[in-house]
Amino acid sequence: MTDIHDTRPHMPLGLAQRGYTGVIQHLSAKDAGSALSDIELESRLIELGFVEGARVEVLHEGLVGRDPIAVRVDSITIAVRRREAMAIIVA
Amino acid sequence: MELPQLHLALVGTPNSGKTSLFNALTGSRQKVANYPGVTVERKEGFFVTPLGRQVSVVDLPGTYSLRGRSPDEEITRDFVLGKASGETAPDLILCVADSTNLRLTIRLLLELKRTGRPMVLVLNMFDIASRRGITVDVERLANELGVPVVTSIAVRKGGTADLLALTDEISAKLAAEPGENNWRVLSVAELRATQREADRIIADCVSLPSRPDTWTARIDAIVLHPVGGLIVLAAILFVMFQAVFAWAQPLMELLNSGFDSLGEFVHATLPAGLLQSFLQNGVISGVGSVIVFLPQIIIIFLFILLLEDFGYMARAAFLMDRIMGGAGLHGRAFIPLLSSFACAIPGIMATRVIDNKRDRLTTILIAPLMTCSARIPVYTLIISAFIPAKDVWGFINLQGLVMFGLYAAGIISALAVSFLIKFFMLRDYAPAPFMLELPDYKMPRLKSIAIGVYTRAKMFLHRAGTTIFSMMVLIWFLASFPQPPVGATEPAIDFSLAAIIGKALAPLLAPVGFNWQIAVALIPGMAAREVAVAALGTVYAIEGGKEAAEQIGQVLATKWSLATALSMLAWYIFAPQCASTLAVIRRETGSWTWMAVTFAYMLVLAYAASLLTYNVAVAFGAG
Ligand SMILES: Nc1nc2c(ncn2[C@@H]2O[C@H](COP(=O)(O)OP(=O)(O)OP(=O)(O)O)[C@@H](O)[C@H]2O)c(=O)[nH]1
Ligand SMILES: [Mg+2]
Repeated sequence: MTDIHDTRPHMPLGLAQRGYTGVIQHLSAKDAGSALSDIELESRLIELGFVEGARVEVLHEGLVGRDPIAVRVDSITIAVRRREAMAIIVA
Repeated sequence: MELPQLHLALVGTPNSGKTSLFNALTGSRQKVANYPGVTVERKEGFFVTPLGRQVSVVDLPGTYSLRGRSPDEEITRDFVLGKASGETAPDLILCVADSTNLRLTIRLLLELKRTGRPMVLVLNMFDIASRRGITVDVERLANELGVPVVTSIAVRKGGTADLLALTDEISAKLAAEPGENNWRVLSVAELRATQREADRIIADCVSLPSRPDTWTARIDAIVLHPVGGLIVLAAILFVMFQAVFAWAQPLMELLNSGFDSLGEFVHATLPAGLLQSFLQNGVISGVGSVIVFLPQIIIIFLFILLLEDFGYMARAAFLMDRIMGGAGLHGRAFIPLLSSFACAIPGIMATRVIDNKRDRLTTILIAPLMTCSARIPVYTLIISAFIPAKDVWGFINLQGLVMFGLYAAGIISALAVSFLIKFFMLRDYAPAPFMLELPDYKMPRLKSIAIGVYTRAKMFLHRAGTTIFSMMVLIWFLASFPQPPVGATEPAIDFSLAAIIGKALAPLLAPVGFNWQIAVALIPGMAAREVAVAALGTVYAIEGGKEAAEQIGQVLATKWSLATALSMLAWYIFAPQCASTLAVIRRETGSWTWMAVTFAYMLVLAYAASLLTYNVAVAFGAG
């Protein structure tokens, strides 16, 4: 994860630590285990700007289980739970 | 007034300044605050354009799409599509964007275009965008999007001039027949494609220096720190409740002595009799005892409004998400619950932003447990009469500490109730996702804070003048009639209807240490909680007779035991006594059952808490 190269491996944003920056590769709602249906979760993420190619940075974490996380997505900051962030694959 | 010739609707992502724009256009004072999901209702207003055209404009809840995921978003969807009952679709949609953050709005705009409605893109908050060095090629953007684009600064005088001019221009040539409505729920692929398209257009037309708001980053480093942030949150709440007590005191004493002298003046100038008693005991002791709490109401609203305008509320929701999640609450429930400290009614309305039905219901059920401002008079009165005003550890006011404890008790019991609901009723509960935009901080604007505080103060005084006053007339009447027979030796009030009713109820309440005066005060308290204070004021004033110039607090200190006082405090943490809250619960849940459930569970809790408090206190010798 400390690897800053373009070739670094894909990982879910839900596992990223504070300070992580990366680019969204794709969305994979079925892996998230969210209470929402896959389509609903994916739609919501897209509506908040989580689309392929967007730059993300994990700015803050909560106390309990380092959850939720505050993610900078291009020009806005969104709070999401790690469970939902598992659907966002970054590198 | 002439019929409006043009119907506008304000649509846009949450927190983009739609309501600010609405207020600027129509001169209204709808609630504006710096967090997503402030507006949860449709509001209509009117204005006249520079060319004299009558226009109606509708402010709508913010939304990221037309899918309508939660009750507030459904309102927007139905209105835009012309499905709202008794409404036609708007002639022109003003799509309001936060200029510092165009991605989501442009995507929404591309979706809105499918409805075939004529549209204008309003680049609002253009002042902030300029300050950050963001430049927009407005002409090119208009060409790319195929809709007129105009900039605006909703919160500045004259900041909507361009929009007004454009409205005139457009309405002159507005086609009689809008385009065909091709909107349907977008598939994931279509959503993605529109977002890509939006990003492409932005890349072409907007230059973004990568200069994020450094102030927001700096403040968030402290305020959203995993541990530090929670400490800050606790400190803010603590200072808020201390302030309610400590800062308000001098003003309250001033008001108090003002009403006392007024009472004495009435006593001295009017001949003894019914009129004198009505004015002195009913009006001045009763209504006055409530108005005295105005400074406290103002302070609590000042705090909440400042936090809301600054942009702290969404942060608090972030910090509390997992903690509240442990109790089965949704992170988005935090803002409605914090607003319930002011009053449960807007708090319950604000739950419309919660998409999951169960989460929303749980939040509605526990919102009345948050200590609303109407309980402040009851708490303050009893605390100042029974708790010594000394400092503990040198700097914390003991009375303020007890107040804080009462608020904490409300919060803890709300969490406990929510936990029980989750445990017993919603076994298969899976946590609904929490996704919330954290807006950049904004300097609270003096004018909007002043207007906010003024509106609340006016509402409070209005209530004192109407609901509370009429309840006082009733109480005074009940406590004064029938008059004692000639030659009776007992106090006059013992013959009154109030005493008859109170004494009939007293056996029920005796186990919790309430006397008949309290029993009778609890009934009009149903109309509004603070009426109970006023009612006690009147009942004791009439009972006291001539020397009734004494303040109600001093009277209570001599008439009640400490155990009774504590029991009364415990009762009010839960007391379901507010008819308007129950009515809103009925409306928002659409069910009498949930209203009855709320009433019943709160009554049971109130009784149980008082019973426990009273008996423990008596056991410790406070009886
Ligand atoms: N500097 C600046 N601030 C603005 C402008 N317009 C709105 N604001 C601020 O932005 C925040 C959000 O404004 P609102 O009018 O409540 O936004 P809204 O779109 O109605 O929000 P929702 O009802 O939650 O969808 C408030 O703090 C406003 O004071 C503007 O043009 N310039
Ligand atoms: Mg609004």
